[in-house]
Amino acid sequence: MPLSSATPRNKMEARELTLRYGSKVAIKQVSLAIPEHKVTALIGPSGCGKSTFLRSLNRMNDLIPGANHDGSVFLDGRSIHDRSLDVVDLRRRVGMVFQKSNPFPKSIFENVAYGLRVGGLKDKAKLAARVEKSLRGAALWDEVKDRLEESALGLSGGQQQRLCIARALAIEPEVLLMDEPASALDPIATAKIEELIHELKATYTIAIVTHNMQQAARVSDRTAFFYMGELVECGPTEQIFTNPHEKRTEDYVTGKFG
Amino acid sequence: MAATHTDKAFEQDLRNLREKLLAMGAKVETLIAQSTRALTERDSALAEQVVGADREVNRLEVDIDDLCRRILALRQPAASDLRLITTALKIVTDLERIGDLAVNIAERAMDLNQVPPLAPYVDTPKLAELAQQQVKKALDAFVSGDAAKAEDVLKGDDLLDALFLKIFNELLAYMMEDSRNIRRATALMFIAKHLERIGDHALNVAEMVIYMVRGKDVRHPRSRDLE
Repeated sequence: MPLSSATPRNKMEARELTLRYGSKVAIKQVSLAIPEHKVTALIGPSGCGKSTFLRSLNRMNDLIPGANHDGSVFLDGRSIHDRSLDVVDLRRRVGMVFQKSNPFPKSIFENVAYGLRVGGLKDKAKLAARVEKSLRGAALWDEVKDRLEESALGLSGGQQQRLCIARALAIEPEVLLMDEPASALDPIATAKIEELIHELKATYTIAIVTHNMQQAARVSDRTAFFYMGELVECGPTEQIFTNPHEKRTEDYVTGKFG
Repeated sequence: MAATHTDKAFEQDLRNLREKLLAMGAKVETLIAQSTRALTERDSALAEQVVGADREVNRLEVDIDDLCRRILALRQPAASDLRLITTALKIVTDLERIGDLAVNIAERAMDLNQVPPLAPYVDTPKLAELAQQQVKKALDAFVSGDAAKAEDVLKGDDLLDALFLKIFNELLAYMMEDSRNIRRATALMFIAKHLERIGDHALNVAEMVIYMVRGKDVRHPRSRDLE
């Protein structure tokens, strides 16, 4: 990590990205940078395109029939739609955590080791070390270290979500996309996830979609407000929540919509 | 204000807050006028009334503080709402101080009413009128969210300062002329100083209003240059 750079470089960047599901435009002409080692929050009402935008950063939308796009997305300056780029490799570098924790019906250990095994790692000692490192990274190790062979489904909701984060960390991504990672969790589990996000940004670059504006205010460095498929405003989180420049942002953060 | 909050109870809270601040502002404006009239018309009963009315101002201050804290805790306001609440919390202190200063003026007036006037009161009521206008203008700017009007208040402060200086020099001349004038002249000087201070509080309110409207802090420009 460069120590002295005053303005962080952009780890990812969308330029005039338009994405349609069939003929329906989900996001139009969005240009947004995701700076390295920062947390970028995407906020906006349901259907505003924030999740679509998040999913387009690791081409998850490719999996949806009829989805097509214009414009480009860059990772480290290279287009993620480049023919020579392997989409599996892209998703390894740009990992994702979903709203509903979705652990595999396997042991805690195997959940985290899964991606590593798929990637061809067989050495038991190395596997164990990576699993521990990932669980520590997700602030879950101390709670599960004595029961790694138990089923992941026996964990609490908050623990399951942190397990999913550990699973995402295991394959050592560079960017972590989080889609409402705490919306199904109680306030304490939510606080743990938020604390974790703070720690993770030293190592990773994070983009998070959240419906909870206070959460965006708490965890993010920059906030982008989406409305009806457009990026309305993006700026330092403090500015968005104390003095937004756009009327629509103002209306949204003060609760004047609908 | 075009859009209203989806949450009607929140909307009501904010309306209450504005109304209470306005009521408090109107109250202190009245106190400034009454305390000065108590002097110029030698009406000590009116001065007593001012001293008593300060309790109401204090109660409004506590009410408004409570309301602001409740809104902060329950609504987590953002953007212009947040700026409104933090502005309210600050200007309520200025308004309360203005009330106190009006009481101080009324108390001096009661003393002065016991003795023959030093001279006809000409500039003091003018200063009071200016101070009251500044307070009124600052509050109008707050209610209508009018930063340009608040800027007028900032510009208007020089007039008060100039008039205060004039009164100060005049009273000084009275004291040098005859030492028996000192007691009355000093009391009048305090009154003039209180009025000038009221103008400063109006200035604080105006600065906060500019922050509230534009999101930009205009206070202490020189100390910021030093950073």
